[in-house]
This record gives sequence, C-alpha cells and structure tokens, in this order.
Amino acid sequence: MDLPDLPEAEHQNVRFADGFVLDCGTTLPELTVAYRTYGTLDAARANAVLVCHALTGDQYVAEPSPVTGKEGWWTQVVGPGRPVDTDRYFVICANVLGGCMGSTGPRSLRPDGSRWGTDFPPVTIRDMVRAQKRLVEHLGIERLFAVIGGSMGGMQVLEWASTYPDALFAAVPIAAASHHSAQNIAFHEVGRQAIFADPEYHGGRYHEHGTIPARGLAVARMAAHITYLSEEALARKFGRRLQNGGLSIFGDMFQVESYLRHQGSTFVRRFDANSYLTITRAMDYFDLAADHGDDLAAAFAGTRARFCVVSFSSDWLFPTRESRALVRALNRAAANVSFVEIPTDKGHDAFLLDEPDFHRTLAGFLAGCAERAGIGR
Amino acid sequence: MNEISRPTPEPIKFVAKNMRLDLRLIAEMIEPGSRVLDIGSGDGSLIETLFRTKGCDARGIEIDMAEVTRSVAHGLPVMHGDADHDLAEYPDGAFDFVVLSRTLQAVERPREVLRQMLRIGTRAIVSFPNFGHWLVRWQLLSTGRMPMTSVWSRAWYETPNIHPCTIRDFMALCEQDGYVIELWLAVDEAGQRSPWRRSPGLANVFGEQALFRLRKA
Repeated sequence: MDLPDLPEAEHQNVRFADGFVLDCGTTLPELTVAYRTYGTLDAARANAVLVCHALTGDQYVAEPSPVTGKEGWWTQVVGPGRPVDTDRYFVICANVLGGCMGSTGPRSLRPDGSRWGTDFPPVTIRDMVRAQKRLVEHLGIERLFAVIGGSMGGMQVLEWASTYPDALFAAVPIAAASHHSAQNIAFHEVGRQAIFADPEYHGGRYHEHGTIPARGLAVARMAAHITYLSEEALARKFGRRLQNGGLSIFGDMFQVESYLRHQGSTFVRRFDANSYLTITRAMDYFDLAADHGDDLAAAFAGTRARFCVVSFSSDWLFPTRESRALVRALNRAAANVSFVEIPTDKGHDAFLLDEPDFHRTLAGFLAGCAERAGIGR
Repeated sequence: MNEISRPTPEPIKFVAKNMRLDLRLIAEMIEPGSRVLDIGSGDGSLIETLFRTKGCDARGIEIDMAEVTRSVAHGLPVMHGDADHDLAEYPDGAFDFVVLSRTLQAVERPREVLRQMLRIGTRAIVSFPNFGHWLVRWQLLSTGRMPMTSVWSRAWYETPNIHPCTIRDFMALCEQDGYVIELWLAVDEAGQRSPWRRSPGLANVFGEQALFRLRKA
C-alpha cells in the first residue's frame, strides 16, 4: 500500500532552543511544542486548564484538525458552555513530545536537516509532562487551575500531580491508571510487531524510501481499536451482521471487519508509525509507583490538589479497579478525592463519546473547584 | 470490581422531616474549619452545609453511585466507596471528625468501622436507630415476630440492617473499646430532644434514634 507521507500542516508552536534533557539521559538540542489554546486567560492568570491528549490524539481539541479536516476530538467536552467551558477557562492543549502533529518527535528534523526517525530517543510520560510545563511557563502561567486527560492523557495528569504538585489546583485523570498493565503492554506489542513486519517499514527509514508502513500501522490500529471498545458495544453496533451476504475470504465478510479496516486505513493517513512506536513505549513504561519506591501514595505525598477520578464500567483496558487502586493511594496520601464510575457499555472510548453523566460530573467538579479557587467571580 | 458490583444494601432512611434535624444536630457538633469525612454522604447535604456555613473541608464517601455522581456534579468532593472497605486506607488522624449517620446498623463489621473511624479521625459522630425502643420491644413480646415499625420497615429476610443495636448496647461497646462519649442524645419519633435524654435507661426505651460524639480515651 503506497501512501504519501502525512500532509504537512503549519502548527502553532513554541521552540525552546536551550536543550531538553530526557529521562533516558539524552539531551534534545531543541524542543518544539505545538499547541492550541481556547478562551481567554484572566488577569490573575488563574483560569488555565491543560488538556492532555491520548495516544493518537492531538492538540486540536475543539476545532477541526488541519490534517484530517475532522472536527476536534473533544468538542463535546471543551467549548463554550461545555463542561470545560471556554467562556470561563483558558484551555491549552499541546501535542505530546514524540508526537507527529508539530511537536518534536521521530518525524521532526534534526539540526543537520535529517529526520530523527528511529534515532529519536525513547521518551517517558514524565518527559511529555516536562515539555508541557515548558509551554505553560512560556504562556506565563505559574499554576494551572486544572489538568484534565483521558487514557494516556490521564497518565499525564497523574504525572503532573506528582511532579508539579504546586503547579495545579485540580487534577482529573479519566479512564486511566498509575501504570500500564501486562495485558495493555501485550496489545501494544502486537501493534508494534505488525509495524515491524511490514516490508515498507524499512527498519524505520521509510521516509528515505518514500513510503510508509501503512499495512502494519493499520493492523496496529485495528488491534488497539478493539481494546477501546467493549464486547457489548461491538455486539450492539455490528453483532454478526454480514457485509454483502455470502462467504468470502479476502473481502470483508462481517460488518465489524469493515469497520476495523476503515479505522486502520483512516489512521495511517494521519499518524506516523515511528511516533506510534515511541508513544506506545512511553505508555508501556509508565509506572508511577515504581518511580516512588513502589508506593503509589508516596507519588502524591502532601498534595493539596483536588482530584476527580473517573472510570467507565465497561472499560477493560483501564478498568475501574485500577481507578479504585489509584483512589486508595490518594486516600493514603490524605488527598481530596472525588471518584465516580460512569455506567456505560461503550468501553474505554466512552471518555470521548456522549456520556451525559460523565459530562455533568466533570462540569460540576470544575465548578466546585472554581468556587473554592475563587475563579470566575 | 467485585465489591462495587455487589447489590448495595439500602440502610434505613429516616423520614424527611427527621433527616434534616438529624443532619442539623450533627452539624451542631462539628467545629468550624474542621476536616470532616462523612461516610454515607447520600445527597451530600451535610458536607455542603458544613462547607458553606462552617468553612469545613468536608468530604464524602457514598455507596450509591447515582448519589455520588449527583454530588460530584454538584461540586462536592465525594468518592464511591463504603464504610467496611475504604476507611483502612486513610492515614491516622486525617480528619477532625468522621461522621457515620444512620448506617452503623447496616455495615458488615460495626466494631471495626468504629475503630477505623477513631483511628483516622480525632472524633467520631455516629447516629443509629435504637432497637431498644418500646415499640420494637412490644411487638416482639406481643406477636413473637420480628418487629416492623416505621423505622424497622423491612422484613427480616431482606433487611440491609444486619446489625441492629440498642443505645445501651452501643454504650457498652464504647466502654469495652475505650471510647469516651463526649456527647450523646436520643430523639423521639418527632425528632424532639426529650426530658429523658439524661437517663440512658429511659432513652433506651423512648428514644427512636441515638446520636453520639466519641473520642478515644
């Protein structure tokens, strides 16, 4: 499958040319953080909300992506009158370090003009958070009102709360966990191996060959996409319904196959394979307790942030029990915690979808925090 | 996961006219600016009152997820959990007051719950329906069947109130476990404090609900 490389688009960004030290010990000579903002920063610079995106998300939270033309990935949650109300809060979202929407990553050029490609050093969730911190400081914000994110975004929220406890008032980790489970790593590894197995991958130097490992990346996306849904949701949406009648081997037989293939083929038009490898590694590596002597509570010791932990009942990728373990650790740290499990059959992806209970919870939690923080009076 | 998918027992709910009084009496026992944990926070009205009128850092634990969602959506810090399973995680002395209203009779291990309350909090405030009330005694004596009153209104085979106790039972447990009763009162059906409130024996016959404030000796 020959596809052109990702469309080039101009992304709003800030460049830090003073070097950026990564957890792995490597120093990136320069760091670019691509980002978008919505709403207005108030005079006290106190109403800033950082939204952290998930594995394949980007900074275009509440507006169409210049790459795909599709509407923002969280328009139901972020916008005027939405739970994260841009009439009230100044919302920031940055493309993660290692991503492919304008922030420094494997697709970026090195100072000598060559692409990083597979030479791009491994990054961690904490590296991503440190890069966001640079952006937030650049925007003149000392303390964020809230940091919010789902899935890998939720991991970043936890890392924010742990690494910069005084730089946020509230933390909202959604459908997340303090570490990636063995099962989650296993699914990621299937995806990575699919990419490696694609002849067009060329050991990661596909750019030099004018190609992309579209098949491998599509299979990776298909495998991952299954983990974002629940069995109930798949049964409800597709069941065993056939695509075009009869038995076939090479075409799509069942509707669910067609759906997954569509997910795979659209994904490769907007995402870089090396970025996918880099970011899945960062997620797999994440283990907040391990960074604190295997004591998750120690990661939050003395925190004064207000937490709202949200899980979804049918999410088996980041199940409620992981959120509950997180809540218990926060309790051990005597943190102020709200915790809800939203009943839904939509699986992990529920955080991106129309879930009125979730949206009410988020809006109310933020409003309660804003009242206590004295914002928007 | 298992413990949340368990069918959630419904503890006794007092009638509305008494509920407000019950919460008001509890709020009166709590000093302004305190750190408070309300176990079984229901619709969150106690923690909201404590935050708004007394400047308390009040948080809730509630077993009914719909109530949790409503509370958080109302801006109140409430987490899903229950008295039997979620208190052990808190550090010693994390709160000035830990409140358990109308729930003690429905928990799995009331003695352990009390112990945890007084470990994580300097003071515990506990209210429960008094099984020693004269009507309960009379029904058991006269009919030989488990009492069914406005408070004890569920049949024995389906009641979530698995650990009923009397005011005297509770006082005995406090003495046994070395808890100091700082304040106590019993109220009758109409929610009035009554002249017999200084006499445990009379309160145990005529008090429909009991309210205690405890600390460790």
